[in-house]
This record gives sequence, structure tokens and C-alpha cells, in this order.
Amino acid sequence: MKKAIKFMLNGDPVETLADTNVTMTDFLRRDMHLTGTKRGCEEGECGACTILLDRRPVASCLMLATEAEGHEIVTIEGIMEDGKLHPVQRQFVEKWALQCGFCTPGMIISAVALLEENPSPTEAEIRDAIAGNLCRCTGYAKIVEAIGAAAESLSRKVA
Amino acid sequence: MTMPSFDFVAAKSLDQAAEMAVSLGGKCQIMAGGTDVMPLLRDRLIRPELVVSLREIPGLDKIEFKPGEGLRIGALATLDQIQASPAVRDNLPAVAEAAHYVASKQIRCKGTMAGNICNASPSADTACILIVMGAKILTTKREIQIGDFFKGVKKTCLEPGELVREIFVPELKSGEGSGYLKHAVRKAMDLAIIGVASWVRMDGQKIADCRMAFGGAGVTPLRALQAEKHLKGKTYSEALLEEAAVLAAADAKPISDVRASAEYRSDMIRVYAKRSFKRALETLRS
Repeated sequence: MKKAIKFMLNGDPVETLADTNVTMTDFLRRDMHLTGTKRGCEEGECGACTILLDRRPVASCLMLATEAEGHEIVTIEGIMEDGKLHPVQRQFVEKWALQCGFCTPGMIISAVALLEENPSPTEAEIRDAIAGNLCRCTGYAKIVEAIGAAAESLSRKVA
Repeated sequence: MTMPSFDFVAAKSLDQAAEMAVSLGGKCQIMAGGTDVMPLLRDRLIRPELVVSLREIPGLDKIEFKPGEGLRIGALATLDQIQASPAVRDNLPAVAEAAHYVASKQIRCKGTMAGNICNASPSADTACILIVMGAKILTTKREIQIGDFFKGVKKTCLEPGELVREIFVPELKSGEGSGYLKHAVRKAMDLAIIGVASWVRMDGQKIADCRMAFGGAGVTPLRALQAEKHLKGKTYSEALLEEAAVLAAADAKPISDVRASAEYRSDMIRVYAKRSFKRALETLRS
């Protein structure tokens, strides 16, 4: 079964048909060809599929594509600004906050959401924000460092 | 992964959703945040013909605090909104903390407190604090005392087609405090081994009234009735609380599973009974 849906995807309006039984993860990857959003555990445990739904981080594997109707979705492909890496992305590169990279899109989306809600988080707040994102390579230290550095660079930008 | 085929409707009102649920019976699955329903769909543990989303129903995500009464939490208010709401944090901090204990940010940003209790897991993080606060569940049909709500593992007293509209939590009055503490292996994304909530009304050093409830040690969240009885009307002391905590552990009916043994759960109920009661004492309203 298919349903017509209209929503905003990475700043652009989208009008399309979506299977009623497809998860947002699969819809993004298969129908929208946006493969940055990763398919991990598919039960909301790992955070690799994290996207922004109305600027809030959610697990896209626990969301039906049809639920996007009338809402705004942002994926890892949609956070660059003026063709430049988002400060969180840049700091992940500079601080070596990734190894295999599979958790990275979800991790970065969670960090972007955190910094929008709380521009100067403590280390505990950073760790709380990414508690739903599993990384099996880095041991998290570099990720936490990168998010902290991104917060600083964003606050400098505002000031 | 492909899920079985089903149709999808975003309900316009709670009554419309309730009508569909009544007319379709088991062929209809109601979904609020969907964070508990989606894994069931995927694992084919439920096979509805129609999934009805409540998320587009206007006005159901309200979080309102009225001094002299209490807190009203709409069925669609997410756990993240509840945890972050100044109205909740200032007036009923233990409710905000319990909401924050659930899963991860990604789950809390979509999942709701109403869904957390309707899912009726014996270890649901928000259940115990609602029980000790004497919360009421307003449905499309009636008002239910939270103590009557849970009927078994994943079972509630809701009738077919009866949907939760709002959770009402009475305010903390002067001399009252409450707390919920969860014991889990990981801080995030983990189900509770056990959790204990306490509510207390103090009259000077005397415990005028109190309630205690625990999750993860029985088929539903349970009141620690013997412990409450032992505490009520007495002057607070560490020794008295220790005696009550032993009684709370005796009230527990835990099972052994992958998370912990029954013996360990009982003993942790004893420990967390004390901690949650002390937490309640620390947060007494002036």
C-alpha cells in the first residue's frame, strides 16, 4: 500500500508516494537515495539512523515514512551550510572523532541537535546527548572532544 | 527490513481514533510516539491491517501546571518535552527525572509518557513515580486511578478502543517530596533492573504519610504496602527506614532473568527503597 506524502527534506519540499509499511530509514535510503542515514540495529538501540524531525533527534528506524507528512526532516546530507561542512562535521574531522564512520552521521546529528538546544553543554550533557549513539571504534573520548570544540567554534561565530 | 503490509491513517481527533479502534478491534493498532509499537510491527508480534497515528491530533501535547491542583500531561507530550519543561522541573522534579531515565534522547524525542504506561512494561520508568504521586489517567471514557491501571505484563485496564487523553499528577504540597531512582547496568538505553519511587509528607520529624512503589520486581509495578505501613505515623530515623526497606524487599516478587537474579533484585529494592525515600526527603516543598 502506498500513500502520498508532502514534507520538507533538507530544506526542499518533497511530494511523493511512500509505502505505508516502510520505516523512515529505508525510505530515505531506498526512495530518496540518501544513504548517509545508516541502518544499524533497526530497533532504536544504536542511534546510527538518527535524523532530525522538526529539529529534534529521533531514531528513523522507529518512524514510519508516512509520519513525515507535514513535517520537516533533516538528514546528515542536509546540515552543510553554504557548501561548507557544519562546525560539528569539521571538528569530527579535525579531532579524529571517527574510525570506521558507521555511527558518525547519527552521532553528528545528535550533536547538532544538542548544540541547537544547548549551545554550551558540559561534558556530562554531551555524553547524555549521545548516550543513544553507539560507537564501537573510538571509545567516545574524541567524539566528546569534537562536540565540545564545535560548541566553542559556534559560540565564537555568534559572538 | 520489510514489515508486513498495513494501511496508515493519521487520526484527526482522539474520538475518531477510538472509533476506528472499536470497529476494527485487533486489526487496528494505535500509535502515539511509536517507539514501542515499531519493534512489535517489525518483529511481527502484532499484525494490524491499519496503523492509526495520534501524532497529528491538535492540542494533545500540552503540559500545564496549575498551582493548587497539579500537572496535566497530554497524551502526545513527549518524554523529552516533559523532562525539559520548566513547569515539570520546578514543581514535580521527580517526574522530570523519571522521564529522563527512559531510553535515549532519540527515543524520548518521539516517545510519550502516555505510551510508556500503555506499553505496561513491569519496569516502565515513569510508572512508579506516577503511582506514588497518586496520578489519574483520563481516557476517552473515564478517569482511572493509576493504582488500578496496570493489570499484568503489557496489560492495562483499558478497554478496547479506550484511549488515554491525559495524565494528571497532583502537585506536591508543603511538607511533601518525592523521588524515583532507577538501577540499571548502563545509564542510558537500558531497561531498569529495578526502580523505586517514594512520596512522603512530613510533619516536622514525623512521617505523616508516605507511598512507595517499585518496578521490575513483579508482573506490574507494585506498591510496597508493608513498608509504607511501617513508616507512617513514626518519627523518621535511619533505623526505621532500614526496617521499612527490608519490608519493601519482602513485598517484591522478582524473577531471575538476563538482567539480574531474583535475589539481587530483592536486595536492590531494599537499597533503592532507602535511596528514593531519602531523595523524597531532600526535595520536600517548603
